Amino acid sequence: MWDYTDKVMDHFKNPRNVGTIENADGTGQVGSLICGDALRLTIKVNKETEVIEDAKFETFGCASAIASSSMLTEMVKGKTLEEASRITNQDIADALGNLPAEKMHCSVMGMEALDAAIRSYRQGGKPVEFEQQEEKIICHCFNVSEEAIIKAVRLNHLKTVEDVTHFTKAGGACGRCKGEIQKILDKVNGAAPAEITSQKPYSEKTIVEKIKAVEKVLEEEIRPKLNRDGGSAELVDLAGSTVKIRLVGMCSGCVNAQATIKNFIEKTLQEKLDKSIIVEQA
Amino acid sequence: MKEIYLDNNATTRCYPQVVEAMMPYFSDKYGNASSMHTFGGQNRHAIDAARHQMAALIHAAYDDEIIFTSCATESNDAVLFSAAEAFPDKKHIITSAVEHPAVLEPCRLLESRGWRIDFIRVDEQGRFDLEELKSLIDEDTSLVSVMWANNETGTIFPIKEIAQIAHAHGALFHTDAVQAAGKIPIDVQKVGADFLSVSAHKFHGPKGIGALYVRRGARFVPYLVGGHQEKHRRAGTENVPYIVGIGKAAELAQKRLTDGSVQKIAALRDKLEKGIVAAIPDVKINGDVQNRVPNTTNISFGYIEGESILMYLNDFHVCASSGSACTSGSLEPSHVLRAMKVPFEFAHGSIRFSLSDENTEAEIDLVLKELPPIIERLRAISPFYKQRS
Repeated sequence: MWDYTDKVMDHFKNPRNVGTIENADGTGQVGSLICGDALRLTIKVNKETEVIEDAKFETFGCASAIASSSMLTEMVKGKTLEEASRITNQDIADALGNLPAEKMHCSVMGMEALDAAIRSYRQGGKPVEFEQQEEKIICHCFNVSEEAIIKAVRLNHLKTVEDVTHFTKAGGACGRCKGEIQKILDKVNGAAPAEITSQKPYSEKTIVEKIKAVEKVLEEEIRPKLNRDGGSAELVDLAGSTVKIRLVGMCSGCVNAQATIKNFIEKTLQEKLDKSIIVEQA
Repeated sequence: MKEIYLDNNATTRCYPQVVEAMMPYFSDKYGNASSMHTFGGQNRHAIDAARHQMAALIHAAYDDEIIFTSCATESNDAVLFSAAEAFPDKKHIITSAVEHPAVLEPCRLLESRGWRIDFIRVDEQGRFDLEELKSLIDEDTSLVSVMWANNETGTIFPIKEIAQIAHAHGALFHTDAVQAAGKIPIDVQKVGADFLSVSAHKFHGPKGIGALYVRRGARFVPYLVGGHQEKHRRAGTENVPYIVGIGKAAELAQKRLTDGSVQKIAALRDKLEKGIVAAIPDVKINGDVQNRVPNTTNISFGYIEGESILMYLNDFHVCASSGSACTSGSLEPSHVLRAMKVPFEFAHGSIRFSLSDENTEAEIDLVLKELPPIIERLRAISPFYKQRS
């Protein structure tokens, strides 16, 4: 059960401005049946003053989607297009007395529909679908563009991939785009990409760098192969060029343990890191 | 106002007789059943009695084939990880695409550790594809794990045929019978199950206690170690009050199978379903209506979203569930409905009503009176309803 505010429940149960404006000056659409929520916003605009004189909506979605749409229509009425275009998803959520984190994407949908409706007005009233083809789509399950994610991250100070999913739905289905989303977060939030690009020879690395480097090879090159036989390997200790490894699972006690250590693990670490590495069984 | 509880596949009311049976074991007879004094040791008899009641509900040949666990999730996990441990040379497990997460997720975990897992498909009525099972099973298959009845649609799977196919290829067979226990007769010997999981709170017992049937002779590696309890197959001090509770609930459930309760539930369910179909256009029944547990109906209301329906039903104290994305927090509609290829315009608007013998005609009448205006109201807001083809 979601913790909806009284405002959300009020706008859900008594939605304002439901319907379609005949001969609307702008029509914005966002979402689809597949996504599970969709909003169609129509606006009537005074051509002289560019004031939004009326706004109506139709929404397919949950209580917070309906409430966000209803609140949006109340917020834009009486505003000029310029004023309305500055409304953010956070403004919609604030007006509703907040939304559960998992439902923030409902407020984002409102902002996007408004954006599309204003563009529709500028283009002579032809209905505009929010999503643009030329944009780079990051999440293919929910059709979320890079631009939409960047905007959500900036406006709402999002820090984690989970935050981005709550606000935009991106990454909420198959999850394949989570790496891409992290990259966008790193870029927007100015974080340095966490790569081990250091070209220092192994012997000059600090102990922490050595541990990280060995772990990386273990994780990427060694464990996947041992896992196939039901085993694995753990890093136990490091000293100089000596790396102590414990074989676990099916590998522990295996008659070929020594061969695994020398012919496979040591050889791989030598190839990937440094020829001087000696692996010992812990 | 009392709630109209139509969410019995989520959990059921713990019957007062069950609570009454449990009560003495909290503060009065609190001794440890393993102790060498009469005060504790006598609780062993209470556990033995509960084991017998549980064995009777599923027709186990021997009482000691029942292991008490903390829940059906633990029972399921125990079987899957046991198969992985006990058959290291047979790294193939078969399950279905519509299992509960308590089976799907441990399977995916094993998959990530190098096991080969096949998820058998279902058709549009949610029926299990026996032919696909036959084509995928091989000598490497250690375990076939398929639910007895589906929690979302109530569809019953051909467990006996599946068990036969598994055994013909040297694999063991497990069934998650959480949604079958107490609703339809269960006979582990007749169907030939090697393992079976149940949970007390789905048949009017307490939450936090489940059982796992392990056929004598079936290879089983314990999941929880650290004690002699349950014959070394599930360590941990016996939870005497809850074990007494599941025993009592099993005894009552067995009575309900033969005293006409099941027929009463089915009649109410059918009344609800027929009433909805007659009163509301653009609805779709999900699941195999010829072959369902008697208490469940899963109905999709086209072009609207399930959470909104539930919120309105809540005003009338009507409790039900939805397979929509918004209720799960997962953003995607139910994996069961997607496996059945239910179109998105129907999948998002699915509602599951699951009854018990405590429901009444009057309650069903109230739902049939209040639901149509709710659906109409939401469709008036939906941009898709007018455009439907």
